[in-house]
Amino acid sequence: MSTAGAPARRRTFWPGRAGHLFVAAYVVLLIAFGVVPTVYAVYFAFTDAGDRFTGLSNFFDAASDFRYLSAIGHVALYLLFWLLSLVVFVVGLALLLHRLRSRTAGTALRFLYYIPGALAGAASVMVWLFMLDPSVSPVSFLLRAFGFDTFGQVVAPGNLPVLFTMIAFWTGAGGWIVVMYGALNNISPDLLEAARIDGAGAWQTARRIQIPLLRKWIVYMVILAFAGGTQLFVEPQLLSQASVGVAGRDYSLNQLSYDFAFQNNNVNTAAAISVELLVIGVVVAGIFVTRSGFFDAD
Amino acid sequence: MTAQALSATRSARRRRWSAGLALGVVAVLAAACGNGGTGTTAQNDFQPVQQTGGSLTVWVDSTRLPAAQLYQKQHPATKLDIVTYDGDANGSNYLQTKVSLFNRTRGGWPDVVFSTQNNEVSWAVQAGFTAPLDKGLIPQTTLSGWASGANDPCTVDGKLYCLRNDLAQTVLWYNASLMRQWNYQVPKTWEEYQALGQRVATEHPGYLVGTAGDNFTPEIYLWAGKCGANQITGPKAVKVDTTSPACTRMAALLDTLVKNGTMSTSSVFSSDFDKNSGDKILMLPGPSWFGGSIFQESLKTPKGQIGVAPMPQWAGETAPSVGNVGGGTWLLSAHSANLKDATDFLTWVTTADDYQGQVAPGYPANTNAAKSWLAKQSASGYYAGDVAAPLQAAASQVWPGWGYGQFSQEAIWAATVTPGQTAGKTIVSLLPDWQKAITDYARSNGYEVSQ
Repeated sequence: MSTAGAPARRRTFWPGRAGHLFVAAYVVLLIAFGVVPTVYAVYFAFTDAGDRFTGLSNFFDAASDFRYLSAIGHVALYLLFWLLSLVVFVVGLALLLHRLRSRTAGTALRFLYYIPGALAGAASVMVWLFMLDPSVSPVSFLLRAFGFDTFGQVVAPGNLPVLFTMIAFWTGAGGWIVVMYGALNNISPDLLEAARIDGAGAWQTARRIQIPLLRKWIVYMVILAFAGGTQLFVEPQLLSQASVGVAGRDYSLNQLSYDFAFQNNNVNTAAAISVELLVIGVVVAGIFVTRSGFFDAD
Repeated sequence: MTAQALSATRSARRRRWSAGLALGVVAVLAAACGNGGTGTTAQNDFQPVQQTGGSLTVWVDSTRLPAAQLYQKQHPATKLDIVTYDGDANGSNYLQTKVSLFNRTRGGWPDVVFSTQNNEVSWAVQAGFTAPLDKGLIPQTTLSGWASGANDPCTVDGKLYCLRNDLAQTVLWYNASLMRQWNYQVPKTWEEYQALGQRVATEHPGYLVGTAGDNFTPEIYLWAGKCGANQITGPKAVKVDTTSPACTRMAALLDTLVKNGTMSTSSVFSSDFDKNSGDKILMLPGPSWFGGSIFQESLKTPKGQIGVAPMPQWAGETAPSVGNVGGGTWLLSAHSANLKDATDFLTWVTTADDYQGQVAPGYPANTNAAKSWLAKQSASGYYAGDVAAPLQAAASQVWPGWGYGQFSQEAIWAATVTPGQTAGKTIVSLLPDWQKAITDYARSNGYEVSQ
């Protein structure tokens, strides 16, 4: 009896089954926690509590709420700060990291950048709440130097977009720095050497070679960061609890949706806001993808 | 378009089509389950679920944890599953959020819940969460033991849906040692109070006569001053008038004292207040629970210093009035499968002398427990002078013109007035904004608002 032929036959019976198995777990979770809730939300958004089709009435209800326009303004301002800081600092830090000659320093820094992202989101926001309270903060001297003597002054409404950007950058940017660093390593050393031979300095290499080659990664980051940014929730919600409601309540669209669902027992209007966020995310991603030629083969 | 790109587009289109089909299937499935989502019928006649007994799930805040633990110790036969949560403090709406999820999943409700808020029944009755207590569950003889009006926040359409844990009538807390040492008289009127504040500002700068930095600041001062910011006139109707003379007069008093530095703008719970002002309190108007929670626990003021006086009144006022800051409530779940034990726990926790009389930090809403609690406070020797008489008198002087609506007045004040105060604006100048915010929040909660 020959045993050598059997595994070969099985291999052809289901080609790439290992890959499918790996993907299957993800697909199941994606359907359970991504696709089904999305479809459920769309269904809710166009019906009322009695499951009757209501057209756009939930969307009108949401838009006529007194918190709606201010929430849009808050999120828009936050997105501006967040995306700008993300693109500038993540790319900048990744380039610096890439130029670092010392291997150990590079590894240590990459690890350091990544740590905050490894903490669970809410926990890292909690860390910031301590940092921002002058009476307990380890950097209270800095806060006082800026003229902030109490937590109330730190979380004044005008400071919130900057605070949320700082928190989000600190918790979310580390992962992207590591990703960008990986992308930089993918650029052929021959290309960089050719540039150096042609007399390009660090700045010109970055501007003319590295950043153009990173473009797709940057677009990818912006798309995901935009979608994440429009869903701003944890930072204002926790800040609202920490400041006992002084700052951050009803700040973002997602919080408004949450209020509709759980305070006014109006899941349908809440779903309408979620669907709006989904549409905005999809449209913006579509624009970025088509304008940047994201899926063009190199 | 290159041929390659064309075929890519085509296959993308095909992929999109099949994805669309999959979405459609899911949509139909979701629609089929959709009917299960709205399990919130108004509760007219209470129909208990099948009584299967078993353990009791009890939700308490950390302050009420000893109550549940003590009950467990004294009743080992009943198995308690004790869960601590934030007690809905500062209008966090945690309980409502969870109940609305439980209503969707049709399971998971706690049997008995403590809340620091006294407006829970405004949504909990509609959500079908609370069981009526005076229709067979708790005998009338027991219920008549509550202080008059104490259970008003629990009553909807003449039925009782919760039991008040403690009263939170406001009084004037003061440091008797300092008063004596500086030869000051405890003020009886708001005019005297303000005048004393101005004297303290010049004679002992840094010392405080109160704080206006809490979310419940309006409940201490404006409620006591009969400011009609929160006149609940019907189940879904509220009258809001924050710019009446009663409101502006009290707000102006606060502004004057904030300006001269004798009225803090920090919350009594803030680390900042604890650190910078804890030992600089001459007077502190506040609820009955300030004695235990603030002076004894958080500020650790030494024994024999703190006294209690009646809340000041405006000169010429004939009907004394005080405010009220919370005073928690206990709710019994209409979904409980063990109503017998749940009712027993509820009765014990609100009336038992072992807890309410001896352990509870706040003034018990149950009259017998309150007597024993007051006796214990006097016996402890912590307070300077008599605490029983002013607290007892204040218990029946809470101004009834301030109601218990579904929207949190504390949350509204926090989000509207506090940031303005921090930015240096006066409370008087913020009163119209406050009015607008109350109106907006009330409307978004389905209230009919009149001005």
